[in-house]
Amino acid sequence: MDTIQFILNGMMREALSPQTAAVAIAVIGLNIHFGFTGLINIGQSAFMLLGAYGFAISVWHGLPMVVGLALGFGAAFVFALILGAPTLKLRGDYLAIVTISAAEIIRYVGRSALLTDFTGSAQGIPGSQYRDPFTSLSFFGGGQFTLLPFNYTDVADGAAWVRIIGWVLVVACAVVLIQRLRRGHAFAGLGQAALMGALIIVGIFLLFFLFPVPNQRTGVNGWWVRFIAWGLVLLCTLVVYLLVRSPWGRLLRGIREDEDAIRSLGKNVFSIKMQALIIGGLFGALGGIVYVLPASVQPDSMGRSLTFFCYTALLLGGAATIFGPLLGSILFFAARIGIKYTAAAYVPDSIMNNQQTEQFSYIVVGVALMLIVIFRPQGILGNKRELRFNV
Amino acid sequence: MKSQHVVRERRVARGAAGLIAALLLAPLLALMSSGAAQAVDTLCLPGPDAACIAGTVRTEDGPLADVKLTVTDESGAEQEVTTSETGKWNLQLDKEGPYVVKIDEASLPDDVVVAEDQITVQAAFGVTKPALFDVRTEAYSASTSKVDELVQSTVNGIRLGLLLALASVGLSLIYGTTGLSNFAHAEQVTLGGLLGYFFVNQQGLSLWVGGILVVIVCSFTGWFQDRVLWQPLRRRGLGLIQMMIVTIGLSLALQYVFQYAVGARTVRVEQANPEVSTFGPVTITNQSLVAMGISIVVLAAVGYALLRTRIGRATRAVSDNPALASASGIDTDRVIRLVWTVAMGLAGLSGLLYALVTNGIKWDSGMQILLLLFAAVTLGGLGTAFGALLGSLIIGLVVELSPVLGMPGDFKYATAMLILILLLLVRPQGLLGKPQRVG
Repeated sequence: MDTIQFILNGMMREALSPQTAAVAIAVIGLNIHFGFTGLINIGQSAFMLLGAYGFAISVWHGLPMVVGLALGFGAAFVFALILGAPTLKLRGDYLAIVTISAAEIIRYVGRSALLTDFTGSAQGIPGSQYRDPFTSLSFFGGGQFTLLPFNYTDVADGAAWVRIIGWVLVVACAVVLIQRLRRGHAFAGLGQAALMGALIIVGIFLLFFLFPVPNQRTGVNGWWVRFIAWGLVLLCTLVVYLLVRSPWGRLLRGIREDEDAIRSLGKNVFSIKMQALIIGGLFGALGGIVYVLPASVQPDSMGRSLTFFCYTALLLGGAATIFGPLLGSILFFAARIGIKYTAAAYVPDSIMNNQQTEQFSYIVVGVALMLIVIFRPQGILGNKRELRFNV
Repeated sequence: MKSQHVVRERRVARGAAGLIAALLLAPLLALMSSGAAQAVDTLCLPGPDAACIAGTVRTEDGPLADVKLTVTDESGAEQEVTTSETGKWNLQLDKEGPYVVKIDEASLPDDVVVAEDQITVQAAFGVTKPALFDVRTEAYSASTSKVDELVQSTVNGIRLGLLLALASVGLSLIYGTTGLSNFAHAEQVTLGGLLGYFFVNQQGLSLWVGGILVVIVCSFTGWFQDRVLWQPLRRRGLGLIQMMIVTIGLSLALQYVFQYAVGARTVRVEQANPEVSTFGPVTITNQSLVAMGISIVVLAAVGYALLRTRIGRATRAVSDNPALASASGIDTDRVIRLVWTVAMGLAGLSGLLYALVTNGIKWDSGMQILLLLFAAVTLGGLGTAFGALLGSLIIGLVVELSPVLGMPGDFKYATAMLILILLLLVRPQGLLGKPQRVG
């Protein structure tokens, strides 16, 4: 029982961790590329890395945080222009080839010993060098978080029945959310949208309070980073929702389904694709910045594997949907940790040692990605007809 | 019609399930010895209030043990360290700032000279800063001329180009016949090297027998992949983008299967150090020479087969226009099956030779050269076998020559990328490609 509790705690911790939120933001960007426009960007991790470098290097060298953010976004913007210019007029796989190669190049350059003063080479930039301006904005105080009458420790460490009711409410929220999403008119009107938003916020706050206390002090001011990270996820989701409902968003889908048809309407397909690539890339950069806030800027932790995780999360949740990236990222990271911990707990060491459980979880991720694409390309929330596009 | 469809779906399901079971089982079966970690010398871990400086004292002949170094801080306080068996030393510091590291020449062996006996290192918390000395034996002459360097790098470039060509010809043929960009191709290269390690280093087979086995096993994996995965997916009508993502999933899974089996370390195919030959300014290992020879012979054979044999002509026909080829009686599926088999065999051979030439292979070595492979294939023209050959040679030369011509060594892969982007801007179909493939 203790083991199961341990595994579930681990999954919950991972599902709520700020890094999951960061990847969710990057996946939202990837959804604009892949889901809505049909661009195969296999270098989302490079957008993240560039955003993180832009932010971390400038704050490290004493520039204000706003400048850091601007530089991070600027780097991703230029990167998208460089990658898009030669490839967006060609068949889809050229973009794939160029992005995956460019992502590796960015990583190599970041690792280069020549740039140690800027990128910290392979060791990266430790979080303590750039985190302070962000943490000093916090109004959460040190870990003891009280919201109105509810004290964080009271609920999470309090009586069992409080927690049970809390969890039941969380599950109820999730069920209602998913049912409304499946019916497909979740956002039919302003009232509906507000209800959805309220449900999400209530659910997240419940999770906030129910989260076991011993995990609260992970990282530097863990809850502050979490709060901002998940807040940004919701904001990005809203932005994407508004974007894809606009005429511009309809153009994106049109390009995905039939480029020539859109061209025959007199639209500049190249320019719209470029806009999509840039906007998705900016989401990637934002994801990268959030990704490094609780950790450090490590070029090797933001390599192609991260891009592949983004794809798995996106396809799991459902490409070309609004909530697919969010759901997919949470499920993906929770499931990966679940697999890892289960393997560590129940498979004897002689067959699989601790390091190998990590690798085993990645093998499962790769296989899962194949299975999803083959058997359920629309993921959990998606619509199969939307994913029939081709190069 | 309906029932046929169902049967097909089932076949896909069974095939895919089989492959996936194989993938999941692979790490359990691959009980290769995971080797003891290398003996670690006293370790310095940088932390929030600890800085490290470290280095290795070695000549071109090998590391030097028991060399004394003194580290002086700003205030003049001295600390002394001695290098370990492996020539390594490190020192933990509790203050940031400039430190002067001085090597004690008296503790060096007599025939060893050091170019500059003291260097200044800027220590910072949380990082390990290197302090490296240029130590040489007296016999060593560092004054190779620029021309000699160019010649040596050209030879290295051709060597790399030939090895890349082995893998990229297959990649290009697969693209030509099926339209698929196979991102898992690089893992096949790694597989070749790792199988070489398993057969030759672990099982003690001779290099030639082991090499032939590697090619056979890799070819079989190609045949098997097409049988259980790609052919069923083609029949099912899965789009090319979706298939491409399947290759990405496969690549991720395989990488970690490799890491599961051998760990993150670099393994070598042969334990002994290779012998070296010298021709004028060029120094090259004998293994490299043989590897280049084998590559040329194999590439020539592939080229001959493509141009002169029936099946080769059929392959080019399918590559040119699958529908037309199919209509004129060519068994497209058979051709594609053969292309997969040969391509994977070639990639495996390339990986084995790569492991021999570069003295080792790691779980992600293939992924590192994937970028060069794609650059080569795109440069030559996606889908053209001879374009891939040409592109590989160009990329190989660019990568090896750019450091000589002033590009910092860390950025040599970036040069390949730069060339690729420039070429796509002016001639997107590649050097030997036809424009109709692009649009």
